[in-house]
Amino acid sequence: MSTQTPDTDSETEQPSSTSPQERRMAEKQARKEQRDADEAAAADEIQGETVELKVFRYDPEIEGKEEPRFDSFTVPFEKGMTVLDALIYARDEYDSSLTFRHSCRQAVCGSDAFFVNGSQRLGCQTQIADLEGPVRVEPLPHQEVVKDLVVEMDHFYDQMESVDPFFDPDETPDDELEEQRQDRENREKVKLSTRCIWCGACMSSCNIAAGDNKYLGPAAINKAYRFYMDEREGENKRQERLEIIEAEHGVWRCQTQFSCTNVCPKDIPLTEHIQELKREAVKQNLKFW
Amino acid sequence: MYEHDVIVVGGGGAGLRAAIAADEQGADVAIVTKLHPVRSHTGAAEGGINAALQEGDSWQDHAYDTMKGSDYLGDAPAVDTFAQDAPEEVIQLEHWGMPFSREEDGTVSQRPFGGLSFPRTTYAGAETGHHMLHTLYEQVVKRGIEVYDEWYVSQVAVTDEDDPNERDCHGVVAWDVQSGEIAGFRANDGVILATGGLGQAFDHTTNAVANTGDGVAIAYRAGVPMEDMEMIQFHPTTLPSTGVLISEGVRGEGGILYNSEGERFMFEYGYATNDGELASRDVVARAELTEVQEGRGVDDEYVYLDMRHLGEERITDRLENILHLARDFEGVDGLEEPMPVKPGQHYAMGGIEVNEHGETCIDGLYAAGECACVSLHGGNRLGGNALPELLVFGARAGSHAAGADMPEPKIQTGPDPDAEREDIGVPVGEPGATEAAADGGAVENPDSDPKAVVETTAEEERERIETLLEREDGVNHADVRADLQESMTENVNVFREEGGLKQALRDIQDARERYQDVYVADKSRTFNTDLQHTIETRNLLDVAEAITMGALARDEFRGAHWRKEHQERKDDEYLKHTLVSWNDGQPELWYRPVILEGAEQTYEPKVRSY
Ligand SMILES: Cc1cc2nc3c(=O)[nH]c(=O)nc-3n(C[C@H](O)[C@H](O)[C@H](O)COP(=O)(O)OP(=O)(O)OC[C@H]3O[C@@H](n4cnc5c(N)ncnc54)[C@H](O)[C@@H]3O)c2cc1C
Ligand code: SF4
Ligand code: FES
Repeated sequence: MSTQTPDTDSETEQPSSTSPQERRMAEKQARKEQRDADEAAAADEIQGETVELKVFRYDPEIEGKEEPRFDSFTVPFEKGMTVLDALIYARDEYDSSLTFRHSCRQAVCGSDAFFVNGSQRLGCQTQIADLEGPVRVEPLPHQEVVKDLVVEMDHFYDQMESVDPFFDPDETPDDELEEQRQDRENREKVKLSTRCIWCGACMSSCNIAAGDNKYLGPAAINKAYRFYMDEREGENKRQERLEIIEAEHGVWRCQTQFSCTNVCPKDIPLTEHIQELKREAVKQNLKFW
Repeated sequence: MYEHDVIVVGGGGAGLRAAIAADEQGADVAIVTKLHPVRSHTGAAEGGINAALQEGDSWQDHAYDTMKGSDYLGDAPAVDTFAQDAPEEVIQLEHWGMPFSREEDGTVSQRPFGGLSFPRTTYAGAETGHHMLHTLYEQVVKRGIEVYDEWYVSQVAVTDEDDPNERDCHGVVAWDVQSGEIAGFRANDGVILATGGLGQAFDHTTNAVANTGDGVAIAYRAGVPMEDMEMIQFHPTTLPSTGVLISEGVRGEGGILYNSEGERFMFEYGYATNDGELASRDVVARAELTEVQEGRGVDDEYVYLDMRHLGEERITDRLENILHLARDFEGVDGLEEPMPVKPGQHYAMGGIEVNEHGETCIDGLYAAGECACVSLHGGNRLGGNALPELLVFGARAGSHAAGADMPEPKIQTGPDPDAEREDIGVPVGEPGATEAAADGGAVENPDSDPKAVVETTAEEERERIETLLEREDGVNHADVRADLQESMTENVNVFREEGGLKQALRDIQDARERYQDVYVADKSRTFNTDLQHTIETRNLLDVAEAITMGALARDEFRGAHWRKEHQERKDDEYLKHTLVSWNDGQPELWYRPVILEGAEQTYEPKVRSY
């Protein structure tokens, strides 16, 4: 059975009718498919009986562990096994001090973003069968390591909170049972931006954020986008938001390298959102001049 | 020592809503949570939030559906309060900017859900919980409520009167996961436990790894009874390797269940002649397991859920996230292959006994959310009723703790000297078990000065953890936990038989004994998850024991609780709640009658058919 119907084929042949956002998402998809194909080709060796994990280790407190190193674990492979499953196996069977964050196992809690074979990914969302062995698991780059795969997230949270990440309309209906109306279109407009699970993968992949500690970063700007584009917020708050995002370490730092968009496990078109906000800033400034 | 008016333990939906309510009453409130709030499992909810919003619907109908759904094990005052408060709570979320799915006219959409007589489920795509959790957290940030994230709460600080009904709670003890610092948190006005589910008592669950029943076990050891613990909901379609939930929507859209012989067993073996795959959750779960037990399962473990015939277009339009889930978590392409599924633990209807204001029998100690049992869901929770529960009862607990004036509660709490006691005749809990360092039983507090109570409890906790970390070798908690989970899944699952339940109690007893020799291999104070999981495992033991005891004692078939030898609902005997009290480490089982008399009507038990 073919997965591609003629319909979808003909659609992809008409790129001119799609928006830039859709085009970029299609490109991203194509890159991802290429990557998957490359990796699947190399994956046969993993598909055997076992998986070789090379895991970054570091504990500032324990003698002999304060020097970063890699530990190898050999884990029995099972169909459907994710990187997180393999880590749990290694921890429960071989070394209970192996430390990493995880909870939901289904890509919604955002706690297990790691650097897997050189790319930011959620451990629970990454199939071992798609990877080339040995599988290297490291903490997210550009973040301080607390222990093993656990990184300091405070800076990320601070950036998220610095954009006033809450809905702030001028007024809400007096009647406690009456809702504010929102256009379906407007909801569609902000929908993708509301998917963020605060995993920090985008921030970790961003070269600009790595060099400029004050840069708001893709996730925080995306959070600002979510409210700025919501038609129900008041004009004053919009203005305030625009000031936050176009300040010195805001949107203008972004050099559209797409690394954030590429790693985001929720497929949020981050770079596109940042670009849109740049355009908003220009439009608003023109108005004032 | 840290000090606040109200301390909320847990930053999921219930905890965040409670904190906001307490803040609105003017209290200085802090949230202490082992995960950062946005990592809480509320974020995993897919389906929706029930509330009677539209013309033609009413809170009375919502209450009626809920009572019927509970198989008449809900308490009417809780059910009525819930249905009355839900609409305002949902619209409040809307005012806070939650991105609900919308109708053409811009109003919030509602859709039909199982067991509801009206389409009263509001939703935000198939990611309702994610949006609700983030919207609530945004309001917490806006209000500047203090959050101690990655702090693990291991004890409540309670005075040690003999009678739990006379005890007071003055705070909690927690440790900072990142640094290992152990500290007392004094709560001037109240502590609210909102620690979520306990799915990790089973080895196959839709719940997060963090859902280890901590709050239930902590409150239990401090003297609060656990209520209706045997009432566990199992979901029929979860992925075999991880337990990730495949939404009921797949069957709703026409997905079909097959056994290994390629038979559409729901029809061919007559489990549900009319509804087939769309029969209620418990019916489908039992059918799947029967197939597997009779040798018609795939790999002796699961069955197939097939949606390929729906066509790529319809699947990507309506069930896109299912394709992602099957691909990411099972390595299966739902367009090309049928998806493997089996039943998994999903929700705990029981929990910490509370009244409709969230109060426990210990003064100053509250509970809300999945860890609490106000007795809303009774024997069976309706889909879409857990999220509004977090809002309604989270808010009420927060307000009450912060000093709001509320009417006399109608639901009684706490050990009742006149209640009917039950001796189930199986060894449970060993005398002396509470003395072991690893145990974490309630602390003796000779002094009743609030600060001293918190400090003594913190001091004992420091000693307990010190002792645990000093042990050089012993049993690994992961082995104990794995055995416990396996026995629970084997014996206290969808199918329950007397022999299996007794076996589970023996296995739990055995696990308890082995746990006395548990040791923590990681000696670091920094981010010691080994230590954390060791303590969580202790909590799972208590929780699993109560589930199993309750299941053994309740020899009838009600809601999700199925007993092979007892295939009928026995209203004459069992219109009553199961309670388990700590009783110095020797669990005591007793009953309290269900309250069927509501605000406007008395709910008459009827045969539950849809
Ligand atoms: C996959 C799935 C789908 C669902 N879908 C729906 C749905 O569509 N509709 C519906 O109504 N219900 C649904 N439910 C049920 C509902 O989502 C849950 O019952 C509810 O979200 C639980 O919320 P909570 O606030 O009680 O707990 P949680 O959200 O689990 O939060 C618990 C909090 O307590 C903290 N905590 C736990 N232990 C400790 C400790 N020792 N110290 C400090 N902090 C601690 C955790 O860090 C966390 O912040 C679903 C459940 C699952 C699993
Ligand atoms: S935008 Fe994407 S990558 Fe960045 S934090 Fe959110 S979910 Fe993670
Ligand atoms: S464990 Fe929650 S996102 Fe991976």
